[in-house]
Amino acid sequence: MALLLGVLFMVFILLHITGDPVSLMVSRHASPAEIEALREELGFNRPLMVQFADFLTDAVQGDFGRSFRYRQPAMGLVLERIPATIELASAALLMAILMGVTIGILGGSNPNTILDSLARGLGLLGQTIPTFWLGLILIIIFSLHLGWFPTYGRNTFVLFGMHLPDKSIILPAFALSLFTTGQLARFTRSAVLEVMNEEYVTTARSKGLGKMRIYSRYILKNSAIPLISIIGVQFSYLLSGSIYIETIFSWPGLGNLLAEAVSTRDFFLVQATAFFTSLVVIGLHLVTDLIYMLVDPRIRYR
Amino acid sequence: MKPILAVEKLNTRFETFAGSVYAVNDINFELFPGEILAVVGESGSGKSVTMLSLLGLLPGSSSRVSGRAQFSTAGIDVDLLSLSKSELNRYRGNHISLIFQDALRSLNPVTTVGEQISESLITHLGYNKKKARRHALELLELVGISQPDKRYSSYPHMFSGGMRQRAMIAIAISCKPEILIADEPTTALDVTIQSQILELARRLQRELGMAVIWITHDLGVVAGLADRVLVMYGGTAVEIAPVDELYENPRHPYTEGLLGAIPSIANKGIKRLVSIDGSPPDLFQAPRHCQFVWRCPYAFEPCWQNIPQNYEINKGHYSKCFYDLQNNRPRTEV
Amino acid sequence: MEKENGDITNNNSTGLIVDEQEDRSIRKKIQDLWRLLWRDKSGLLGLTIFLILVFAAIFAPMLSPHDPLQQNLIMSRQPPIWAEGGTTEHILGTDNLGRDIFSRIIYGTRVSIMVGFLGVSMAFSLGMMIGLVAGYKGGTVDNVIMTLTNMVLSLPYLVFVVFIAAILGNSLLNVILIFGFTDIPIFVRVTRGEVLRLREEGYIEAAMSIGQKTPVIIFKHIMPNLLGPLITLATFEMSAMIFYEAGLGFLGLSVPPTVPSWGNMLAEGRQYLTIYPWMSIYPGLAIVLTGFGMNLFGDWLRDVMDPRMRLMKK
Ligand SMILES: Nc1ncnc2c1ncn2[C@@H]1O[C@H](COP(=O)(O)OP(=O)(O)O)[C@@H](O)[C@H]1O
Ligand SMILES: [Mg+2]
Repeated sequence: MALLLGVLFMVFILLHITGDPVSLMVSRHASPAEIEALREELGFNRPLMVQFADFLTDAVQGDFGRSFRYRQPAMGLVLERIPATIELASAALLMAILMGVTIGILGGSNPNTILDSLARGLGLLGQTIPTFWLGLILIIIFSLHLGWFPTYGRNTFVLFGMHLPDKSIILPAFALSLFTTGQLARFTRSAVLEVMNEEYVTTARSKGLGKMRIYSRYILKNSAIPLISIIGVQFSYLLSGSIYIETIFSWPGLGNLLAEAVSTRDFFLVQATAFFTSLVVIGLHLVTDLIYMLVDPRIRYR
Repeated sequence: MKPILAVEKLNTRFETFAGSVYAVNDINFELFPGEILAVVGESGSGKSVTMLSLLGLLPGSSSRVSGRAQFSTAGIDVDLLSLSKSELNRYRGNHISLIFQDALRSLNPVTTVGEQISESLITHLGYNKKKARRHALELLELVGISQPDKRYSSYPHMFSGGMRQRAMIAIAISCKPEILIADEPTTALDVTIQSQILELARRLQRELGMAVIWITHDLGVVAGLADRVLVMYGGTAVEIAPVDELYENPRHPYTEGLLGAIPSIANKGIKRLVSIDGSPPDLFQAPRHCQFVWRCPYAFEPCWQNIPQNYEINKGHYSKCFYDLQNNRPRTEV
Repeated sequence: MEKENGDITNNNSTGLIVDEQEDRSIRKKIQDLWRLLWRDKSGLLGLTIFLILVFAAIFAPMLSPHDPLQQNLIMSRQPPIWAEGGTTEHILGTDNLGRDIFSRIIYGTRVSIMVGFLGVSMAFSLGMMIGLVAGYKGGTVDNVIMTLTNMVLSLPYLVFVVFIAAILGNSLLNVILIFGFTDIPIFVRVTRGEVLRLREEGYIEAAMSIGQKTPVIIFKHIMPNLLGPLITLATFEMSAMIFYEAGLGFLGLSVPPTVPSWGNMLAEGRQYLTIYPWMSIYPGLAIVLTGFGMNLFGDWLRDVMDPRMRLMKK
């Protein structure tokens, strides 16, 4: 809660300290008088603390101002877009876990083999290819040349009354996931390597347990614990990274909204989007901590 | 009597970036059913590596093990070193068990102690979960852990040091092994807990009739515990003898040095025993002569030239030394 | 413990490992580093790539065949040299306005290196100072600093940066300041962690107990231990900053659109993606190459700077 208030405060302060929000809103050609008028109208000429208190009371009531462009309450616009972003980020996370963790496990348990190099290479690849460029390249190859996927948009089909995305999610999710795939491969690899050298693994072998059991109950279970927090952090990267990917693929989510709001200088919309993205990310950190506590017996009982 | 374990010409080498480490060199010893064999020697003398080699527990990529380790008991007669990993799994934890020094690091932190006992029973004896649990509770009781029901579902970090080592012992004896190898199991514990664990080990050894290899660098413990003693130095077995004979009549200068350093009753509290001058040998060279020669007060020419053979002093008493300590002169054969 | 002994001996005997001893001269240390670098070819490759970039940034006017800003509508939309219709005149082709892509990429290194270098320098120095204060003083000061740090670090970084950039408007100075400020927390955290570690190991108390003054302790005892981890961090952060700068450019939030930068080129390229894909491909490759080099070098630095890792290395 304190964290939440802190974030609210920070978003607010940033907005007002780093620059004059009014300059974001008006066109570059506005006269000083016009700017002053707008400032007056929006109450930006009052003392900061008063503004913050005001902002807070409004925020608590769910009032984040109105979007100039859509002529609607900003919060409604933001909430509307959240599911599409979560959907994209989840799909990306799923891909990353499937590929990254698998390759990481294979690499970590076979040090100094091709699999190991693959895991390390994937880690490097994910770190060196920028998401936004990868998105463009994927479109060139798979949409333009091969024609397998649409170049942009979220197409859906209906299943049990839900509008689920069809194959149009594959390219954006993949582009978004590569960095995380690499991180997970890298991290899983080193976690597995480390656990394999632990004494309790020797104990397990001295007990004559089968390979499968040693892997499932000893190596993987222990490696999984540090992975959880990494996955939590990665999910917030994915949410942020959606700014690029949603822009490139015109995916109707938060990132797209933010990029659009920024380019149309839609002040309250920028503020609301930034705030809600932060909110989701912070919520995620809390959930991660919770899962962590549930999974690691050493923390649970402390 | 036929030994339950006969180790011959055991050699273990590690390949490292800086070259080969000759950790175990030509070790021979026998272990008889129901006896307690103590293995003593300072840190780095190869005690742990010897035992891990026997059970194929060294990192496969960097270690080279050769020799024979014949395990024979009712209906079984195999050379452990010739077995594949999956064949070894039939013996490890079932016929031969190990316990280590640091019980906290030896137990899986993320599964319950109970499960870690049960899994051995399930793997080797084919028990179902329920039966394994029942038996595991009995084992916990047997090793002196109170409230086994509650402890069964506890995690290792919730146990005290002594209790963890008891739990390790429960795991080790779960399948009634013929051999229990204990690698400095009490070194990390308080003195009072140490004696409790020793007491427990002795009791279990009698009740289950196991043969025990008890590794320690505390010669003070050995006297009251072991039947025979194997003394290791620089990866070689320098002397082996029945315990009383070794104390009264040590025939290797290293053993003599060790015994000279035992705390007497009067200065019982003092723990640092070894006060022999010099430092352990560099294991990067394959031994070409006696490994103790640098520190040996009796060293003479042949000691620098050849590796001493295993001289039989008395029945069951062997020493690898060119010098005849009893008569204070070089051996006549040399 | 026994095992480590073996390893230490084994390293000393190869004679390649830098001892922790103080009496080594700087020159000797650099020599040792250089030998380690020569042995590990990936670290060397990384450093080479980085140096090439710096070189390109400094000598951009001499290296580029064309003026990066010069438009030439007759020569516009030329594909790269190996594609059908490509010319030797413009090896990577030209953009929609006929500007030479290769020259623009070379000039683009200037923005990237400048943002990366200045941004990191700023975050490094401020972050180290704040981290030192937090770790050294402890107590309330530490609490306040760390609460703020953690708060910033728990925000989604990209959103945060986009947000500020949108308010401040496009200019090179703004971009440098944004990254320089927003990257402070990570340096604070690492510095403070190291200071606390030194404290735990009794370094600081020992120095205090023999009556050394605070500045002496900080400069003689703490700083030298900080440099390793911080320089490693700086390498990775610089590579990250170059990425983020390009990303901002891609969203139209970095340097003004008239300045040739990799991000701006990608943003322009994206509009012509379907017809002139080379406009997007090559600036992106430059970013990839940069990230590749800096990560290789950073990985190597990390291994060499971490004394534990160093002992384990061949
Ligand atoms: N994995 C390994 N790689 C290289 N050397 C090793 C390894 N394990 C043990 N050694 C070396 O083997 C020697 C014997 O070690 P160890 O058996 O653990 O001694 P002890 O148990 O008697 O204290 C030591 O010099 C140690 O450095
Ligand atoms: Mg040992």
